[in-house]
Amino acid sequence: MGMDLQPLGWGGIIARIALQFAPVLLAIVATFAVSLRYKRALGLYGKLCDSPIGMIGLALVLFWAYTSFLAGGFDLIMTHDPLTQSAMMKKAPPGTPYSRLIGSPDPADGAYYLLGGDNLGRDVFSRVVAGSVKVMLIAPFATIFAFMAGITLGLPAGYYGKRLDTVLSFSSNLVLAFPVILLFYLLVTPEIVETGLPVYMAAVLFLFPIVFLVILWNSRYRTRPARRNLLVAVTVALGGWIYLGLAWDADPFGIIHVPRNLLVVFSAVVFVNAPTVFRIVRGLTLELRTRDYVAAAQTRGEGPWYIMLWEILPNARGPLLVDFCLRVGYTTILLGTLGFFGLGLE
Amino acid sequence: MVIFILRRLHVMLLSTLCLTFLIFVLTNLPPSLEKLAKTQGNFRMSDEEVSTYLYNHGYSQPMLVKYGQWLGVLPGYVIKGTDGRLRARCAEPQEPVAAAPTYCGLLQGNWGYSTVIKADVGSVIRDKLALTGILMFWVLVVMVPSALILGVLAGMREGARLDRVISTLSIISAATPEYVSGVLFIALFASSAVGLQWFKGTATGAMETLTFSNFVLPVITIAVHGMGYIARMTRTAMAEVMTSQYIRTARLKGVRFRNIVLKHALRNALIAPFTVIMLQFPWLLNGVVIVETLFNYKGFGWTLVMAASNNDIDLLLGISVVSVVVVLLTQLISDIGYVVLNPRISVS
Repeated sequence: MGMDLQPLGWGGIIARIALQFAPVLLAIVATFAVSLRYKRALGLYGKLCDSPIGMIGLALVLFWAYTSFLAGGFDLIMTHDPLTQSAMMKKAPPGTPYSRLIGSPDPADGAYYLLGGDNLGRDVFSRVVAGSVKVMLIAPFATIFAFMAGITLGLPAGYYGKRLDTVLSFSSNLVLAFPVILLFYLLVTPEIVETGLPVYMAAVLFLFPIVFLVILWNSRYRTRPARRNLLVAVTVALGGWIYLGLAWDADPFGIIHVPRNLLVVFSAVVFVNAPTVFRIVRGLTLELRTRDYVAAAQTRGEGPWYIMLWEILPNARGPLLVDFCLRVGYTTILLGTLGFFGLGLE
Repeated sequence: MVIFILRRLHVMLLSTLCLTFLIFVLTNLPPSLEKLAKTQGNFRMSDEEVSTYLYNHGYSQPMLVKYGQWLGVLPGYVIKGTDGRLRARCAEPQEPVAAAPTYCGLLQGNWGYSTVIKADVGSVIRDKLALTGILMFWVLVVMVPSALILGVLAGMREGARLDRVISTLSIISAATPEYVSGVLFIALFASSAVGLQWFKGTATGAMETLTFSNFVLPVITIAVHGMGYIARMTRTAMAEVMTSQYIRTARLKGVRFRNIVLKHALRNALIAPFTVIMLQFPWLLNGVVIVETLFNYKGFGWTLVMAASNNDIDLLLGISVVSVVVVLLTQLISDIGYVVLNPRISVS
C-alpha cells in the first residue's frame, strides 16, 4: 500500500518535519511565554530574555533538550525505529514513501522517510533524533565531570606549586600525550572492558564532583558548623547514591542504571577532557595567585581552600565558562569523530 | 634557568618511559595480541595457531623482557620457531640471524618494525611527522594571529556591534565540526556543483609537492574549526581586563585607545589564550585525522588510526614517544610563557 504514495516535495517534507516537532515547538513557546512574563523575577536568567541573541541561543538549546527528552523518555518525534533496516530504502532521497521488500510496513511507522535513508536503509530523520538523546546525555554531563576533576586538581596545583604541581602536571601531561583515538580503540575492546578498567576509571573520575562540593561547602561554612554539616551530609548522601549507581552499577534502590558501553564512552570522554581543563585552571590560578586580594585574604587568615574556591575561582570564571560552553560542543564533535571510526555509540 | 630546563628534561624522560610502558602493557594484553596475530596471519586462525604465531614472533615472552628489548637494554630475542625457522628480533627480514646485532632497541636508534605499513618505524615516523609538521605550521600561521586579532577586536569594546558580529561568527566556527565544514568547503570551492573550482578537493598531491591550491582547503578547514575557540577565549580575557581599574586610569590620563589595548591590556589578557593555543599542539598532532582522511593527506593522525586499528605495537610506541615529547615541550613553553607574560609568576 506504500506503493500508492507519491514522494513528498520539499514543502511537504518541511511541513511533516514541523508536525513531528510540534510538541517540542509548543514546549519552547510555553517556556518563552512564562520566562518573558516573569523575567523581572528571574534574575540572571531573566536578563538573558532581554537580548535577542540570548533568546536565539536559548531556543536552540531548548529545542535539542526537549527533543531528546521527548524522544528518549516518551518515544515521541521519531517516525521509525532508528535501527530497523529496509532493503527498499537504501540511500532513498528525502520524502520517499516507506516500503519494505518483505511484508507490508507496520502501520505504526511513519509513511515517509522524511530525510531519506542511509546506506543501510535506516531512516535518517529518526536517527538524528535518536542521536540527540545520546549526545544530550553524554556531552553536558561529561563536561561537568571533567570540569570538577580539572578544577579540584588544577586549583591546588597552581596555588601551592612546587612538588604537588610537578606531580599533578606530570600525570596530566601523560593523559594529554595519550593519543585519544588509541585510548578509545583500547577501551572499547570487549576483553579490556571485561578486565574492569573502564569501571575503575569511572570510579576515580566520578568521585571528583563529590569531593569538589564537600570542599566547597566546608571552606565556605567552616564557621557555621550546623549549615555546613547539613550541606555536606546532603552532598555525600545524594552524591554517594548517584555515584554507586553510575560508577559501580550498585544502586541500592535499583533506579540508576547505565548501560556498560555508555559508561565506557562517558568515562573515556571525561578522562580525555579533564587534563585540558586542569591546564587552563592551573594557568589561571598561577596568575590570579599573584593578585592583591589573594594576599589580603591570606593576611586575614583565610584557609587555602577558601582562597582557592571563593577568591580565585570566581575570578577565573570568564575563560572557564567560555571553555565549558565550547567544550560541550567539542565533546559532541568528538563523539561524531569516534562514530566515524566505529568507536562511538550505537 | 639551566637547572630548570635540565629538570624538565628529566621529567620528559620519565614521562616517556611511563607512557610507553603503559601503552606497551595495553597493546600487549592477550586480546590485543590476538588481534595482531589475526591481522598478520589470517582471520580464521584457531587459538592454537594464534599462540604458535605469537610464540614464533617473540610475543609470548614476559612483558618486562619484551619492553626491555624494545628499549634496547636487553638483548633482542633469538627464537627457534615451531616451524624450525630461526627468527631474531634484530635481524632484517632478508638478513641471516647470525649477522644481526645483539641489542636493537630505541637506545640503539632502532624504533622497531611496523607490522601494518611493513616498514621501519623510524622512517615512517620521520615521513609522517614531516607531513603533519607542515600542516601544523600553516594551520598555526593562519589560525593563531587571526584568532588573536578577532578576539582582541571583540573584547576591547564588549557588547558593541563589532563584538556581537565576531562573537556570533566565532561560535559558529567553533560549533561546526571539521567533517561538516570540510565537506562544505569542498562542495563550494572544489566541486563542479557550485562551479568555483578554485582549489583542489584533495591534498594527495601536497604530500609530494605543496602548492597553494592543493593545500589551502585542509589548512582552512582545521584553522576555522580551532579559531573560534581561541578567539572566544581571547575576547573573554580581554573584556575582563578592560574593566579593571588601571585601564580606567589610563583612559582618564588620556592615553590613546589603541595604546591602551595593545600596551596595557593585551599582555594581561594573554594568559588564558596562551594556555589554549599551547593545548592545540597535541590536538593538531593526533586529532585532525578526520581532515587528513577527508583530504587524503596521510599524516600522523592517519598513521595513528592505522596503527591503533591493527594493534601495530612498535608503531604505536613510536607515535607515543613523539606525542609525549611534543606535549611536554609545548607545556614547557607555556610555563616559560606565563613567566614572560606576568613576571610575578614563578613556576620553577
